[in-house]
Amino acid sequence: MADTRRVEIKNLSKGFGDKVVLDGISLHVDIGENLVVFGRSGSGKSVLLKCLIGLIKADSGEIYINGKFIPDLTQNELNKVRKNIGFLFQSAALYDSMSVRENLEFPLKRLFDFSQTEIDEKVMQTLEHVSLTEAVDKAPSELSGGMRKRIGLARSIITEPELMLYDEPTTGLDPISSKEISALILELQKKLNMTSIVVTHDVTCAQIIADRAIFLGDGKVRFEGDMDSLSNSDHPFLRDFFSHNIINEQEN
Amino acid sequence: MKIPVVKYLRRPTIEQNIYNFFATITGLTIFSFEFFKNVFIPPYDVGEIKRHMDELGVKTFPIVSITGIVIGLVMAMQLQPVMERFGASDFLPATLSLSIVRELGPVITALIFAGRVSSGIGAELGSMRVTEQIDAMEVSAVHPFKYLVVTRIFATTMILPILTIYVIFLSLFGGYIAVIIVDNMSPAYYVNSILSSMKFGDFIPAIAKTFVFGYIVGLVGCYKGFTTDGGTEGVGRSATTAVVIASLLILLFDTVLVKITLILWPTLDA
Repeated sequence: MADTRRVEIKNLSKGFGDKVVLDGISLHVDIGENLVVFGRSGSGKSVLLKCLIGLIKADSGEIYINGKFIPDLTQNELNKVRKNIGFLFQSAALYDSMSVRENLEFPLKRLFDFSQTEIDEKVMQTLEHVSLTEAVDKAPSELSGGMRKRIGLARSIITEPELMLYDEPTTGLDPISSKEISALILELQKKLNMTSIVVTHDVTCAQIIADRAIFLGDGKVRFEGDMDSLSNSDHPFLRDFFSHNIINEQEN
Repeated sequence: MKIPVVKYLRRPTIEQNIYNFFATITGLTIFSFEFFKNVFIPPYDVGEIKRHMDELGVKTFPIVSITGIVIGLVMAMQLQPVMERFGASDFLPATLSLSIVRELGPVITALIFAGRVSSGIGAELGSMRVTEQIDAMEVSAVHPFKYLVVTRIFATTMILPILTIYVIFLSLFGGYIAVIIVDNMSPAYYVNSILSSMKFGDFIPAIAKTFVFGYIVGLVGCYKGFTTDGGTEGVGRSATTAVVIASLLILLFDTVLVKITLILWPTLDA
């Protein structure tokens, strides 16, 4: 694997029962690059991310993160790799029983040997990044959808990961919040020099974030390139997908 | 940790039910092994264990207090005329205390505890599972089994014996209230009768088995919650089935443990 590669996937396949979700997918992400993965609902975008991080075991194929072959790792080795990866879930997946502060402290206390003063500083600094310092002592149930996403993002980046995985970061948000979250993701990526894989079907989000994009359809990579060539493609899949998105955007 | 999936169908076949039965037993066994594999490995999460002991144990005190007093009252009220019929009224405190200490106290406390705690754990971990909070823990390199399951099972195992001792004392107190309503028995006579009839061997196995019951309550609740699927419907199902399985296992293990106790210490049988 080339030294510039953060992630490399070769011939990855995954099925559930008779349904093949990923059918021999190959892709790579370079260090510092933002890759956007497009696809219709149920096209296997989230499954791809979950295979990558080891939440779902792939049926076959190779996954490398920083040159490490993920499927062969023991649980402890996998956890060491995961310490350098952030994951923003579609639902943000904040821990309901903890306050925002405790949510952010959680990975720091469990995985690192920081003093309480250092932890406090990091928590406030990360909340400043997402412009939500005032929410520090709130419970997740007191936050709006957009705020939950921001706090979820803050929890993912507090450990300063090299690789960030975003699963539908703008789903369920209004267009303005979507743009704000997308801009924030880009800003943080530049500030913290992270590599990102963003799974989404939000074209606006992708246009803000993407250095490169791929389109998944029927379990295969149907297209790979920059956003301009993707949106101008003659491929029927893509034409259909983008025309619907443009109509939705105009309605919004 | 690979746990067999229990599939719930609206109209399950007999084969599916048999499969689910064995999948549940296998799942519980794997969970048990994982618990013992992880419980001695640091970090020990003492803060979490204390929080669960408070949340799952201390907050159960009100309901078990009422249960304890009622068991004592009702048992004494029921026994009083029966003992009188056989001319054995003097043995009422001894009979009452032996029944409560050896059987009723531990089992009823465990069943009440299972009703409140197994379902609570099943629902809490179940919602964490369906809202991807457990996945979030896993991807952040935290061992969710150790943090969520081990701490809860440890807490329930430790707190149930304490609750049981408390219930036994309250039941005996409740029994005394019932006795003085119909009989003019002095507190000293009541206490002396209990102490003279009770052996240390009556007390120890009874309390020892509550550690097992506490373990069952935590184990089943965590197993059902941790393996929840099927969205909010699945959460409700986990909470309900956790209570059912925990209660059945408590009764099953009670029978087995009583028999083992009587084999190991046959004098208790006398």
